[in-house]
Amino acid sequence: MYPTKYHKPAAVDAAVKALNSGDDAKFLAGGQTLLATMKQHLASPSDLVDVRGLGLSGIKKAGGVVSVGATTVHAAVASSADVHPALAKLAAGIGDPMVRNMGTIGGSIANNDPAADYPAGVLGMGATVVTNRRQIAADDYFEGLFTTALEEDEIITAVAFPQVERAGYAKFKQPASRFCLVGVFVSKSASGVRVAVTGAGSDGVFRHKGLEAALAKSWTPAAVDSVEVSEDGLLSDIHGDTAYRANLIKVLAKRAVAAS
Amino acid sequence: MTKLIMTVNGKKVSRDVPDETLLSEFLRESLRLTGTHVGCDTTQCGACVVHVNGTAVKSCSVLAVSLNGESVTTIEGLADGGQLHPMQKAFNDNHGLQCGFCTPGMIMASVDLVAKAKAAGRKLSEDDIRHGLEGNICRCTGYHNIVKAVAQAASEM
Amino acid sequence: MNANVGIGARVKRKEDRRFITGKGKYTDDVRVENQAYAAFVRSPHAHARVKSIDTSAALAAEGVIDVLNGKQLTGDGIGNIICGWAITSKDGSPMNMGPWSALATDRVRYVGDAVAVVVAESAAVARRAAELVEVDYEVLPGVSSAVKAMNKGAPQVHDNAPGNLIYDWEIGDAAATDAALAKAAHVTELCLTNNRLAPNPMETRSAVAIYDESEDHYTLYTTSQNPHVARLVLSAFYNVAPEHKLRVIAPDVGGGFGSKIYIYPEEITCLWASMKTGRSVKWTSDRSEAFMTDAHGRDHSSVAKIGFDANNRIVGLKVDTVANFGAYMSLFSSAVPTYLYATLLSGQYDIANIHCNVRAVYTNTVPVDAYRGAGRPEACYLVERIIETAARELKVDPAELRRTNFIRSFPHQTPVIMNYDVGDFDANLEQAIKAADVAGFAKRKAASAKAGKLRGLGYSSYIEACGIAPSAAVGSLGAGVGLWESAEVRVNPVGTIEILTGSHSHGQGHETTFAQIVAERFDLPIENISIVHGDTDKVQFGMGTYGSRSGAVGMSAIVRAMDKVEAKVKKIAAHVLEASEDDIVIEGGQVKVAGTDKAMGWHEVGLSAYTAHNLPPDMEPGLKESAFYDPANFTFPAGTYICEVEVDPETGAVRIDRFTASDDFGTIINPMIVEGQVHGGIAQGIGQALLEQVIYDENGQLITGSYMDYAMPRADDLPSYSVHHASTVCPNNPLGIKGCGEAGAIGSPPAVINAITDAIGNNNLSMPATPLAVWKALQAAGK
Repeated sequence: MYPTKYHKPAAVDAAVKALNSGDDAKFLAGGQTLLATMKQHLASPSDLVDVRGLGLSGIKKAGGVVSVGATTVHAAVASSADVHPALAKLAAGIGDPMVRNMGTIGGSIANNDPAADYPAGVLGMGATVVTNRRQIAADDYFEGLFTTALEEDEIITAVAFPQVERAGYAKFKQPASRFCLVGVFVSKSASGVRVAVTGAGSDGVFRHKGLEAALAKSWTPAAVDSVEVSEDGLLSDIHGDTAYRANLIKVLAKRAVAAS
Repeated sequence: MTKLIMTVNGKKVSRDVPDETLLSEFLRESLRLTGTHVGCDTTQCGACVVHVNGTAVKSCSVLAVSLNGESVTTIEGLADGGQLHPMQKAFNDNHGLQCGFCTPGMIMASVDLVAKAKAAGRKLSEDDIRHGLEGNICRCTGYHNIVKAVAQAASEM
Repeated sequence: MNANVGIGARVKRKEDRRFITGKGKYTDDVRVENQAYAAFVRSPHAHARVKSIDTSAALAAEGVIDVLNGKQLTGDGIGNIICGWAITSKDGSPMNMGPWSALATDRVRYVGDAVAVVVAESAAVARRAAELVEVDYEVLPGVSSAVKAMNKGAPQVHDNAPGNLIYDWEIGDAAATDAALAKAAHVTELCLTNNRLAPNPMETRSAVAIYDESEDHYTLYTTSQNPHVARLVLSAFYNVAPEHKLRVIAPDVGGGFGSKIYIYPEEITCLWASMKTGRSVKWTSDRSEAFMTDAHGRDHSSVAKIGFDANNRIVGLKVDTVANFGAYMSLFSSAVPTYLYATLLSGQYDIANIHCNVRAVYTNTVPVDAYRGAGRPEACYLVERIIETAARELKVDPAELRRTNFIRSFPHQTPVIMNYDVGDFDANLEQAIKAADVAGFAKRKAASAKAGKLRGLGYSSYIEACGIAPSAAVGSLGAGVGLWESAEVRVNPVGTIEILTGSHSHGQGHETTFAQIVAERFDLPIENISIVHGDTDKVQFGMGTYGSRSGAVGMSAIVRAMDKVEAKVKKIAAHVLEASEDDIVIEGGQVKVAGTDKAMGWHEVGLSAYTAHNLPPDMEPGLKESAFYDPANFTFPAGTYICEVEVDPETGAVRIDRFTASDDFGTIINPMIVEGQVHGGIAQGIGQALLEQVIYDENGQLITGSYMDYAMPRADDLPSYSVHHASTVCPNNPLGIKGCGEAGAIGSPPAVINAITDAIGNNNLSMPATPLAVWKALQAAGK
């Protein structure tokens, strides 16, 4: 690793200040991606500003909205009785037990890895990303590969998940990394049906309108059968070409609905 | 450079370390606790697993300075004096290790797996154990005897 | 008798305590006073000319001690890395070995080929400084596929190997085989690839080199399966130091699987750099470097034809294989696709005519050498896939087709050198069929179908040649070394025993198994016996551990040394007790005169030997004997594996529902340890069949460079295994041992693929059968 300077501020303002004081400072949460990247010399931030001292960890339920603090680790979400079971299941399948003990929801969606699980849950539930400055609807938040609506010095403080009637998540693991080869999150609520797909899109997580329309008509696995899933815009690599990923989107959408 | 104070295996330690020092490096190089191993550079193999405040983490993916004031237990601190931890004994009883390199991380991960299941009142099935160990790679044993060892320890812990 | 610790006892491992308490001592745990650290500057190109190297920025960096390059290394007389087994092409020409310098001088030939080394005060400084070394490369076209490397106009990896051909070798009678196939009632043809694997011991390679100027002496701590061979090669070929000025220590080693047999550029460079800088130099590979630089395994492409007569008896087998050797010839690489592969193509079957042609080819990839099984998995995969395929074409039960062709009379001379000494192939097949409940398969298949899943069952009846090997025999086939093993038995004055062995344990449990045969022989507590290995200053010489040889060869040497000790003990006791040597028995910690109450303690015999107050006339004092054991033949472990899988047709995911093994390993010393070896071997075989593959792009860029893309088998990918034995005793060594270390990795891949192809109804499926590959095969079959 290249030398870096570690900061652990106790307040959001101080964190922003620390970030802006460095030449190339980065926020650090669970570190399960960032530190590996630094080890491989693929990143060399001048400063690391640890956001785990900001009191942002914890799950709160109020008025049907479940707010998951940004530095809440995956293991806490996985074992929470307050979050929707589909979200708990998603969190329980991220990485491995040790990664789940360190990795955070805020870190995951700030990084926006195209093969991460959380973007599917956040987009699929129609959640709101809460930052130190504003609230960002999931539909506006994910902008592409490793790209989000966040400003450089903007800190996620929580993710607010609305109440839904039904939700389900199904994931097919990439055999080596155990990230999502494809993951599909489905939900149904008063505001409609959402189907979010991760692992498959060459621009990162996306909503599948065709599946949403079909499931809005009939919330059944069979409803997926008639939907055409295009290979356009899908990723292709040694673990899955576009045809395979398109197939998995359908298969997993069915399984997610069945599990909901 | 940061002055780091940490409780490691029950003893208070204090060292000046560069901020970029990983916990695994701190344990191996500064404290010479070489039982914690490093087998990959992508946070996957689990040879480096230790407990931070009783919870299993991959020490290759944690900055040492981020644990100022915390308590860390390594494989060297697991036995109670000369008395092996039931998980250590179970690995010996069931031939759950061959070359021994993944073993410290495997044992530390397994201890946490069993402890968490106990705390939640869950009994671990073979499937639970296999999934619970997905963050620890062993190249020698084919996992068969590791799974048996964890099951035995779960009945004894 | 010492039944609880002797031969056949499930003795818990003596070595475990240090490993489960974190007290094992691996090479990277070694740190000496004033330690310096090395980092290598590696080529990012698969093939390039090195025009110039600018080390000035690296040298100027704080904490950098020196930056050394290949011209300095060769200038100091460090020799090229060699392949130690000479193979002659069928036209009589020698193999084309291209030069391999530990640090490349003018040309790099694979991604990761080292061009310089930085020595610095810390590993982090060395690594950062390595990035400051500026190498001016002229990039050349590269090639990664062996088949494509043989094409006209393909990039030339070495100037002295036209067409990238290392050798074009054959075994068997081509004309007779062609004639037999021409007359056959049925011929089955199959094209197969044996996927390229990265060995991945969990401990990466590491070296600590210490040069002591005052004695002009070197010490190397290293991750080696064979420290004596390392010393021999470092001394005799690489001119690092003469043998008596070089000590090689392989402390605890975290797995090898073949990859730690070889002496790599890094170990050589660290020794040399230690002399150059006057500092102890340490290097530990990270996993990314391991993927780039550890010798890979397998990577064969083959076409095979097998012919049957009207009674389904095999009449001939013809095989054409292309083997990818990577950019340089590694230490034993040449022997793998020849004498460790083609000689096993008879499998368990009586085949009168076999012919195999092998072309070994350079490519711009990391060198390929022996990996667990080494040649034998490739042979087994070919034979067992084509037999199963033929059974489907002939519409006969695959077990029955095997029975029809099993060898049943021993010794059996195959047409491809090997002379099988003993075996009972039926016993293992029938035991496996029973244990796997093949009778219940149809019912289980129906249940799976009901749940929308496809179930399949596959066999593999493997044979391997282990315990390598008779020195004269391998010498006549081109080996540069003899393959005996040595042992020394030291009985101390108080009666405790040290066994010094040239075998090396890196997970195999020698400290326990070897002690068991001593405890049994002298009827002593196992605690009183310790095993010493892995240090060239302690053990006089040894050939090391690979090829499942430590039992059959290493323990045989111990037995021979124990024979000598026993003879001397009896002489001493007979003299002291005034009895005949023939009446002396050793039991219960005593040396007795049979049928009398005259006895002396075992420890008293030891003491007598060393006080030498009352020894027989002309007897030398002391009680220490050594032996060199050279085996009379290979050993031939064999068995049958049965795999049952369930395939999810929607995703192509394969779940192994049950895996049954029945092996013939000859005498088993510690069943617990032997079963552990089988479990691990099967896991690696399943890994090859389902998950693992090293992928380079066409030009030689490594795609699977970490665990993010190279799929290692994890606990939840694998089943529990049902492991059984049906043994015949090997007649060619004193313990009757055949060896067990590689069987699992050899026998399992074809069983898995036979099961999946059975399930999906498409035989056109290559390893690894990833969900993607299986789904594609299902699509192609219209399912």
